[in-house]
Formats: sequence, C-alpha cells, structure tokens
Amino acid sequence: MNVPTDHLLALSAILFALGVLGFLVRKNVIIVLASIELMLNAANLSFLAASRHWSQTTLAGQGDPSAGPIFAIFVILVAAAEAAVGLALVIALYRLKQTVALDGMAELRG
Amino acid sequence: MSAMLWWLLFTPLVGAIVCGALHFAALRAGHGSLDQGRGGHDRHAGGAARALAGRVACAAIAVALGLSLWACLRLARGGETLVLESSTWHWIAAGSFTVDLSLVVDRLSSVMLLVITGVGFLIHVYSLGYMAHDPGYARFFAYLNLFVFAMLALVLSSSLLGLFVGWEGVGLCSYLLIGFWYEKGWPAEAAQKAFVVNRVGDACFLVGSFLLLRLFGTLDLSEIAGANFHLLGARSGEIALAALLLFGGACGKSAQFPLFTWLPDAMAGPTPVSALIHAATMVTAGVYLVLRLNPLFAAVPAVLFVIGCVGALTALIGASSALLQNDIKKVLAYSTISQLGYMFLGLSAGAWSAALFHLVTHAFFKGLLFLGSGSVIHGLSDEQDMRKMGGLKRAMPRTFLTFVAGAAALSGLPLLSGFFSKDEILARNFALGGFHLTLWGVGVATAALTAFYTWRMVALTFFGAERFDRAHVHPHESPALMTVPLVILALLSVLGGLLNLPHVLPGAGLLQHWLEPVTRAGDELLRREVEHGHVAALTEWLLLGFGAALALFFAQRGFHGYTQGPARDQALERGQPKLASFLAGAWQFDKSYHARIVLPLRAAAETLSAGFDRRGIDAAVDGAGTLARALGQHLRALADGQVKHYALWMGMGAALLSLTWVLG
Repeated sequence: MNVPTDHLLALSAILFALGVLGFLVRKNVIIVLASIELMLNAANLSFLAASRHWSQTTLAGQGDPSAGPIFAIFVILVAAAEAAVGLALVIALYRLKQTVALDGMAELRG
Repeated sequence: MSAMLWWLLFTPLVGAIVCGALHFAALRAGHGSLDQGRGGHDRHAGGAARALAGRVACAAIAVALGLSLWACLRLARGGETLVLESSTWHWIAAGSFTVDLSLVVDRLSSVMLLVITGVGFLIHVYSLGYMAHDPGYARFFAYLNLFVFAMLALVLSSSLLGLFVGWEGVGLCSYLLIGFWYEKGWPAEAAQKAFVVNRVGDACFLVGSFLLLRLFGTLDLSEIAGANFHLLGARSGEIALAALLLFGGACGKSAQFPLFTWLPDAMAGPTPVSALIHAATMVTAGVYLVLRLNPLFAAVPAVLFVIGCVGALTALIGASSALLQNDIKKVLAYSTISQLGYMFLGLSAGAWSAALFHLVTHAFFKGLLFLGSGSVIHGLSDEQDMRKMGGLKRAMPRTFLTFVAGAAALSGLPLLSGFFSKDEILARNFALGGFHLTLWGVGVATAALTAFYTWRMVALTFFGAERFDRAHVHPHESPALMTVPLVILALLSVLGGLLNLPHVLPGAGLLQHWLEPVTRAGDELLRREVEHGHVAALTEWLLLGFGAALALFFAQRGFHGYTQGPARDQALERGQPKLASFLAGAWQFDKSYHARIVLPLRAAAETLSAGFDRRGIDAAVDGAGTLARALGQHLRALADGQVKHYALWMGMGAALLSLTWVLG
C-alpha cells in the first residue's frame, strides 16, 4: 500500500493546525506543551514525507533522501529537551502560583 | 645646514613646552595658583620650577638669536641671490593640490629674523624682572616662547599656507597673552575682541589665498612672487581682488583702518607683551606679507592706491587719537597704529625698503617705549594713568633717559632712527607726486601730531609736580634685568638710522641694497607706472630740514604744554567737549562699531536663537522624542504578557510570510 505524498502532507497540515489551535485556546500549561509536541511531530511527518517523495520520483539522486529522517531525529531530540525544560518551568510555575492555568499569567506585560 | 633652520624654528617651541610643563609642576607644588593674587614685592613667590622656566625661555630665544645671526652671516657672505633653504616636507598631497613646506631665509626674512629674535630676546630678559612677582610666571614664558615660534614660522615659511599657520599662531598667542590676567575680567574681553576682529582679516586672507591658488596653481611664495604678471594681464581683476583680500588680512593683523580697534584694548596684557607682540613683531606681519609678495601688489597699482589711502587714514586716526589719551600704554598703542599706517604709506609708494626700515626702527623705539612705560608702571605699583604720574625723572633716572631716547626717535628728532625712516617714506611719496603728494601731506601732519603727543607723554610722565599719592606709592628704579634691555634698545633707537641713511649722505641705503634681490621684481613692475623714485639732492636736503624743523617745533610745543600737568587737556575738555571726546574715543569708531555692528548682530542672534533655534530646531528634536514616546505608549498594548497572544502574533506573522512567499 503506497500512501500518496499529498495525503501525508495534508495530514501533517491538519495535525499542525490542531497543535496551533490547542496552543491558542487551552488554559492548561501541560496541554499547551502537548500542543507544541503535536506541531513538532506534524513537522516531522512532513519531513519524512518529503524525504520519501524525493527518493521515489525522477528527481531521485539529486537530493539526499537521508536528510529528512536526520532532521526528524534532530527535531525529536529538540522536542525532548524542550519537554524537559518546559515541564521544569511548569513545576516552578506551579510552586509560584499554585496553578497551571495560563490565563492569569501576564508577568511580562509591557 | 638645512637642519639648522628647523632648529631655529623649533627651539622656541621646545622652550614653550618645557615652560608649560614647569607651569604645571609649579601648580602642583602650590605656587602660581590664582588665589595668591598678583604683586606683593615682599613676598617671595618662588619655586625652583618657576625660576627655571624664565631661564629656559630666555635660553631658547638666545639659541634662536644665535642661529638667526648665523643665517644672516651666511647670507651676507654669499652672493645676493643666495637663499638658505631647509629640507622639504611634503605636507599635503590631495590629488592635484600639493603643499610642500620648507623653511627659507632670504634677505627679507633675515631682517625679520633678527628683529624677532633680537628684540624678542631683550624683551624676554626684561620680562624676567617685570613678571618676577606674578603667579603665572611660567605660563607667561610658555606663551611668549610659543609666540616666537609662531612668528618664526610666519617669517620662515616657504608657502602661503605655512605663513597662514604662523599667522594664526601669533593670533592665538596674542589672544592668550592679552587675556593673561583673565581673572580680572576685562583682559579676557579685550582678548576676545582682538581675536574676533582679527577673524575678519583672517577670513579675507584665506579667501585671497584661495584666489591665488586658482590663479597660479601654487601657494609657494617665491613662485607667486616670481610669476610673470604681464602674462596674466587678462586676469588682472582677479589678481587685484586677491591682492586686496590679502591686504584685508594685513589690515586685521597690522591694526589698520577699519580693523584697528582691537589694538588699544590689547593693552590689557602685560607690558612686555605689548612691546613684543603689539609693537615690534606681530603687528608688522601685515607689512611683511606685502613685502614678501611685493610683485603681486606692484602688479596692481589700484591696490597700492587703496593701501596708501588706508595707511594715511590710519596714521592720521592713530596720531590724533593719541593726543588726548591719559593711559600711557594707550598713547603708545595709538602711536603704534599710526606708525603702522606709515609703513603701509611707504609700501603704497613702492618704497619697500623704507617700509622695512621703518618696521625695524619702530621695533627698536616702540619696543623701548613700551618697556620704558612698563618700567614706570612697575615703579609706581601698577599705575598707568599719566595724570597720576609726573616728576619721575628723579626717581627713575635710567628709565627716564632711555625713554627720552625712544621718544626722540619716535617723534623723528634729527639724526635719530625714526627721523631717517620716516623721512624716507615721506620723501618717496613726495617724489611720486600726484595723489601721493596728498598722502605726503597727511604723513607730514601725522609726523607733527606724533612729535606733539610723544613729548606730551614724556612731560606728563617724567616732568612737573609729582601727582601720585606719595603716602602709598614709592616710585623706584627697576632692577638691572629691566634697565639693561632698555639701554640696549635705546642705543639701537639712536643708532638705528645708520641702517639706511638717505641717499644724500655717505654710506647710504645699506638696507635698501641688502633688500634689492627681494624687491627687484616689484620695482621693475612699478617702474612702468612711475619713472622717478628718488628726489634730487637739494629737495632731499630740504625735506630732511623741513622734517627736522617740524618735529622739533611740535615736540617743543607738546613738551612745554604739559610740563605743568594735564591742565591743557582739561581746558580743551571744557572748551570743546565734543572734539575732546571725539579724539579721546579714537574718532568714535568703537562706539559706532558697537552701535552699528555689535548690537544689530546681537539682536539678530537673539532673534535667531528664540525663533529659529528654539522654535525650529529644538521643536523638531523634541518632537521626534515625543513622537517615539507616544508610539511606544500605543505599541506597549501588544506586549500584554499573555503567551498565547504572543504566539498568535507569531503565527499571524508566519502565515503572512508564507502567504507572500506562495503568492509572490
């Protein structure tokens, strides 16, 4: 079964949009962080789709098909680091404010 | 050999730097601060640094004097076209415009060198005594040495640009020294006035040099002087303008009409400064400039005509203004203005050597008179008003004798230096006839006035009753450091006439022959205009006799009118108050400049400051600030601290960027 690249990209876009939506509308910091993970993985999906696409078409050989997976791994790495820092921030925030709701937080208001 | 000229130039600068360092050393040691005040004969305001400064300064000038003598001897031994030239310094090279600077000593600059370093050295020695109790001793010598350096640069430079550097340098030192006692207030104002008035002349000088650069493509003085002016006939208008502008510069520096008003105020400086800068050297820079470029001026008779008119007018204004001055230094200041006018009168007649001759003798006798007046002021504990002097010949015999010698030379009493130099200028004007006869008449009138006011000054100062407060003022003769230079200058004033005796006497025209290689080009250009330069022997004798009789008569009138004190002046003030205030106020030039130039300029400046600066420029600057602040006030709403809103903006931005990428 060969899923067309278009479909993969569409799925990626839908996942990214869901991530953005979640980021913008949810209060809970943990959900927001999860939304960020979703966006990152949507980007990963498009990387892999593009990688496969370039290795299959007539353009094969001109690009490097391994670049996409390498980027995906790199993004996973960054996501792991981001999750570690982000969760640490959430804990610090909770200690400070006794809540993890984003709405009341505007400490950096100009 | 070429290095010697650089040494000659830079030794006074080194002296100035050392004296400056010593000044700061003395300040650190606690000497020489302002709060000590001035004077105080009993207090030993010492400090090794101070004492050293005076010696260093004198030694520096002595070295320069020795090197000048050496240069003159070499010139005298060589042929008449011999010129000493130092190595060349490529100063400016910008495209086609290059300025190469070297130091040149020819027969003209050799005479100037001797005057500057010779009279300069005597005045330095005199200052050791005169300034001994002044807290700013080391600072004074630093300025004085710096002045000699600038003056030497002016005279030695091979290029008009180098000359201009010296020109500005002496102006700066003049400013510094006029305002030497700035803490008193009015000397600082006088210094500013001198600087600002000179700026008018200096601007003319600069524009004139630009014109010369355009005309000749060079600023080298010998190239300009050696140019073929006949080939430039079509551009004679531009040449005339350039010469006129340079003369404008000379008017500022040499205190000629209409820019002479700064010189009487410049007397606010210490008296040795008046002697060195405002009588002997700096104010003659304008005469030197015209002499240096004599072919340029000779090529345009119209400019010579202007020079003659300005010189004659200045001589008359100066001499008549000196008649009623009460400040002894003011008399000498107006006299200097008048004598400088004489020099320009000589230049206008093409009597180059006569002008230089008068420059040299004037440096002797006016330097002497200023130093003598300084000795009087010193002996009377800083009294300058002649109405409070009188009868000083007993208390100050050496000052008196030398002062009389100087006065006799200035007033042109027979056989003294001033007699011959003045006669030469007048005779040349007389010989030219025509309009120069009018100038001659003005010169003769000026000579009569000169004799009168000079002997009035002598009578008021040294004769008659003692009008000072004997309880508080004890006149005393000055120390040897001050009287020895006076004696030497008195000898020079008496014997200076031998330098250039009139042509009817044996041994005549030494200076004229010495100067011939420099003035030949100018003489040749002028000979097209005038056929005769010299008067017949009989006429010359008659003119000499007439001059002698005139000087003696008016000297006698001036002397006898004032031996009993200034009663005559008071009578004139009562009888004709308008005339008296007109003369005492130097024809009211200062007043009318104040009313017609200073006040309107100030009003215009205030209008501009209130209208344009505050409402225009300040408003624009303030407006920019207000605008930025208001914008920030509105934009700060964007940064509301809500992470989600930031993300929204980011997302919208990203979306916008991708849209432009996709659509574009």
